[in-house]
Amino acid sequence: MTQHETLKNSKEFVSESQRGPGRKSGSSITRHRKLITYGAWWWALPAVAAVLFVHYVATLIGGFFAFTDYTGIGEFNFVGFDNFAALLQDETVYATISNTIFLAFGSMIIVNFLGLGIALALNRGLKSRYLLRTLLFLPVVLSSIAVSFTFNYIFSYSGPLNSILVAIGHEDWQRIWLADPVWSIWVILLVVVWQNIGFAMVIFLAGLATVPSELEEAAAIDGAGVFSRFFKVTLPLIQPALAISTTLSLIQGLKIFDQVIAMTNGGPMGATDTMSTVIYNKTFTFMQFGYGSSIALVFTLFILVFAGLQLWVTRDRSGVHK
Amino acid sequence: MFRYTKWTFLREILVWVFTFIILSPLFILINVSLKSTEEFMTSLGFDVVKKPSIESFATVVTTDIGPKILDGMITSFTITVISVIGLIFFGSLTAYVLVRRLSKLSTFSFYLVTGGIVMPAQLGMVPLYIGFKNVGLLGNQFGMGLIYIMMLMPLAVLLYGGFVRSIPREFEEAAYIDGASKARTFFRIIFPQLAPATGTISIMAGIITWNDFFTPIIFMAGSEHKTLPLVIYGWVGGYGTYWNIIFAVLIFAMLPICVLYLIFQRKFIQGFAGGLKG
Repeated sequence: MTQHETLKNSKEFVSESQRGPGRKSGSSITRHRKLITYGAWWWALPAVAAVLFVHYVATLIGGFFAFTDYTGIGEFNFVGFDNFAALLQDETVYATISNTIFLAFGSMIIVNFLGLGIALALNRGLKSRYLLRTLLFLPVVLSSIAVSFTFNYIFSYSGPLNSILVAIGHEDWQRIWLADPVWSIWVILLVVVWQNIGFAMVIFLAGLATVPSELEEAAAIDGAGVFSRFFKVTLPLIQPALAISTTLSLIQGLKIFDQVIAMTNGGPMGATDTMSTVIYNKTFTFMQFGYGSSIALVFTLFILVFAGLQLWVTRDRSGVHK
Repeated sequence: MFRYTKWTFLREILVWVFTFIILSPLFILINVSLKSTEEFMTSLGFDVVKKPSIESFATVVTTDIGPKILDGMITSFTITVISVIGLIFFGSLTAYVLVRRLSKLSTFSFYLVTGGIVMPAQLGMVPLYIGFKNVGLLGNQFGMGLIYIMMLMPLAVLLYGGFVRSIPREFEEAAYIDGASKARTFFRIIFPQLAPATGTISIMAGIITWNDFFTPIIFMAGSEHKTLPLVIYGWVGGYGTYWNIIFAVLIFAMLPICVLYLIFQRKFIQGFAGGLKG
């Protein structure tokens, strides 16, 4: 701050002294603005080139591989739409897409519902809200691989969940949860939700901090109940937070990878395979670079379309944030 | 209006209950890691440890069977430091030039770079993998650092860009009149003012890099130096059902970031929340 002050003063001092006779007042700064070139253009070159290469050129080349039979070694042939034809006939791909959508939308809905709920509960008046916020955000910073293995044990055959079921007299409910074709994907969903609630909570808390309490008080004085206060006053004002949080959790959900690789590796019988794990396994385990790339191309379009749709659905219609 | 009533108290209790449920997996983690192998084999899953022992932690440190956890930490730390420094240096320079200069090309480049955020990495992984293989950067810590710098650059430029915009141009004008060079103007005057963005980027990029599993499983497969998530993955493969030992590994792996988080928790949370508002 003191640096700011000194700089401001020195600038004023200099421009004041330069404003001699024969100079139009104020024009010196305008003239300098044209003279000052902010940095050199080549400062940006390495990073712009790197981003261009990694995020665009590499993606385009990957898109090209989707139309080849490349295996990673030696020659490859251009095969047209063969990979996509194979993809359409591959029933496991449909299961994979439906798993991915289930996990993405399931986690988005639960994470945002709970995140918003906790943020609202913490927002006003709680004495220990900072401590609670710190504890609830903790899962976000933990390694998802480490977290997945923790849950792996909880849901294993001799793990705590099954022992509790025995203790309450439900031996018949015991199972190897992660080897169960129905339950395994719910366990993955639980782990993803567990790690992301704190993230949504923090975004919503930041949004709620911008809502002036006077507005809510005024609405309360006018006789608005808790619910109409929430839907008519609070919710429109936290619209940007809602858009950011739902979009990020949806994209995060579409990309789920670590939890599946760590807990089930897509099993049993592909019941928990997501698009990311299939792309990885097809490409790097089975070395089908071409076929893997064709799934990755579909996946990329998926993400771009869903992210765009999501932003459009949650766009700001209120006009408050213009 | 927002007085502390008995309803507020009830709300406080309910949030605490919820928090305990959320954190229960971590209690289980600590509980099991404190069991000796003998006690682990004979006790039930939810039994509270009777004779706390550091046997499993000692096993992790002394054994020759699993991958070395300390090696993993050093590798992960090296890669994280390389990528954070690279992102700060190149990210701030790039955002500064692209935001401050008013040419159409720089504005276009800014949108091009930040637009990379939505692009998923999966499709580009194969060409990138082949490219890195050809230049010998596969399984290499500097190669990994380079990948993260390139991958996370859009995020860094976006965050720095927002900050650069809020700095008045009078600073450069004053520096220009005082005869400071362009580089000096940037490093001595502009860069220090970007400190909050530098903090946010260090925290976000640091956590992403430290915890990432997707990139190293592709680029470090078969490498001697594995990152921490790969080391954990290797331990579970090797130690199967000895969960007390695996959990000791997990605690070792989680500890550094937990300690940092608890010390700088406000910065972490503000970093994430502030970073998103861009």
